[in-house]
Amino acid sequence: MLHKPESATSSAPTATKDSVVIDDVTLIYKGSASEVVALRGTSLTVRRGDFAAVVGPSGCGKSSLMRLVTGLAPPDHGTITVFGDKVRGPVKIAGMAFQNPNLLPWRKVVDNVMLPLEIVEPHRHRFRADKAKYRAQADALLKTVGLDGFGERYPWELSGGMQQRVSLCRALIHEPALLMLDEPFAALDVFTREELWCVLRDLWQKLGFTVILVTHDLREAAFLADRIHVMSARPGRIVMTKTVDLPRPRDLDICFEPQFVDIVHELRAKIAEVRNA
Amino acid sequence: MNNTMEKLSPWLFTIGLFVIWEAACRVFQVDKFILPAPSEAFAAMVQYWRPLMRHSAVTLWTTMAGFALAIVFGIVLGLVVGWSRTIYRGLYPVMIGFNSIPKVAVVPILIMWFGIGEVPAILTAFLISFFPIVVNVATGLATMEPELEDVLRALGASKLDIMLKVGIPRTQPYLFGSLKVAITLAFVGTVVSETVGANAGLGYQIALAGSNFQMPLVFAALLLLAVEGIAMYAAFASVEQHFTRWAFRSSMSAGG
Ligand SMILES: Nc1ncnc2c1ncn2[C@@H]1O[C@H](COP(=O)(O)OP(=O)(O)OP(=O)(O)O)[C@@H](O)[C@H]1O
Ligand SMILES: [Mg+2]
Repeated sequence: MLHKPESATSSAPTATKDSVVIDDVTLIYKGSASEVVALRGTSLTVRRGDFAAVVGPSGCGKSSLMRLVTGLAPPDHGTITVFGDKVRGPVKIAGMAFQNPNLLPWRKVVDNVMLPLEIVEPHRHRFRADKAKYRAQADALLKTVGLDGFGERYPWELSGGMQQRVSLCRALIHEPALLMLDEPFAALDVFTREELWCVLRDLWQKLGFTVILVTHDLREAAFLADRIHVMSARPGRIVMTKTVDLPRPRDLDICFEPQFVDIVHELRAKIAEVRNA
Repeated sequence: MNNTMEKLSPWLFTIGLFVIWEAACRVFQVDKFILPAPSEAFAAMVQYWRPLMRHSAVTLWTTMAGFALAIVFGIVLGLVVGWSRTIYRGLYPVMIGFNSIPKVAVVPILIMWFGIGEVPAILTAFLISFFPIVVNVATGLATMEPELEDVLRALGASKLDIMLKVGIPRTQPYLFGSLKVAITLAFVGTVVSETVGANAGLGYQIALAGSNFQMPLVFAALLLLAVEGIAMYAAFASVEQHFTRWAFRSSMSAGG
């Protein structure tokens, strides 16, 4: 089930079944001394509701790709289309979470979770009036990630794994159509990480948003994603797209199935290859 | 036991200092026109308590007035400077240059402009104390985590939204940290100005008593100045504690 990157992008961004289409994108960082070509000729398509993972060697431009998709940085060449619209500035609909939970220490957990509602329309204008409703929504979301009753605490009273759960809730509270995750579980221990895989899996299955997950953990990619995109070393481009056709809903035990192990091996071999290239 | 010791230690050290000072003056029989013993300074304080109180009050209010100006101006300028990199780049050298000018050199100019009195003292206190406030507020804004900014921008937040929701709140510990430093500077500014040209205030009192060789009175005024400084510092330190408790608990530590 190998998809050549060319075939992945040949579908025109007309059909709205594609949520994210990255077409032949180049991104150059202009430093004071020299230019760094972070991405060149990168193409990638993510279908609506899909769970996509992006893996690749360190420094190949994965985080840069995330910034392009969310419109935080403009590409030097090529186009990015999100839900049928060409990206020209911040997309305004994406939820984001990073390795660092980036919570606001002066806000209670629940107020951290509600932060996007104070910014995104139409919630923004109703926020004051419907605060109780939003509050219930935030509490419910916290409950689904196993943080029932922690809303009134402050972030610094929580462990790293708990803070990351809060960060996930904050990324999802406004029910975004697109969730962008940049190594969200990288700083966590194995057990907490696997626990959060399941949390994310359940949220995704329940809410049906599109996910792009950047990760270094190939098992994480294989466990969660529908498709895994492998990037080359810098300048990054997609050199392989692997479809993971393991049945859903997936259980953690699947990590020990031969089919799963094969996928991880294949990805690992590919990354080793592009690293040495 | 240890805890009470820790609470008492500032007092013990202060008393110890006075005891050593007193003992040194007596043992070496230091002339009181050179260095009066603390007992003589306190005696002068009692003897001249009326004028000393009046001058203390003048110094206190001029300092507070100058400091209030510095807070308002410092916060506004700090926000402006922290708002954009361009403004930061452009204004920073100017501010550094301005801050390098000894404020004593400015006092005569202020006196020429505004005459002898409280206005130059207020302005000197202001000029000397706004700089750390500006720097700290700007630093608080400039050191915002870029990823957090990305999270908000990807939601469609405007620059103003980001400032209001994140920038300004996260600046608080930097601001309050700087106020402690700035208030002591403001006192220095007031007293310098009062010493050069004023007709009231502890600085004026010191200059006057000095020219009359009333050294105990000079030291009495100096001690009162120190007391005012400590009191104001403590007041702002407790304000800081109160408003930014989260910053002491979370990993984010205050600057200044
Ligand atoms: N703001 C920037 N200015 C200049 N160069 C940058 C900037 N951000 C990233 N780069 C460069 O672009 C390249 C890609 O960076 P990016 O952060 O996208 O990599 P990454 O794949 O996310 O790496 P990692 O896996 O280590 O997180 C790197 O070589 C980096 O040096
Ligand atoms: Mg990265």
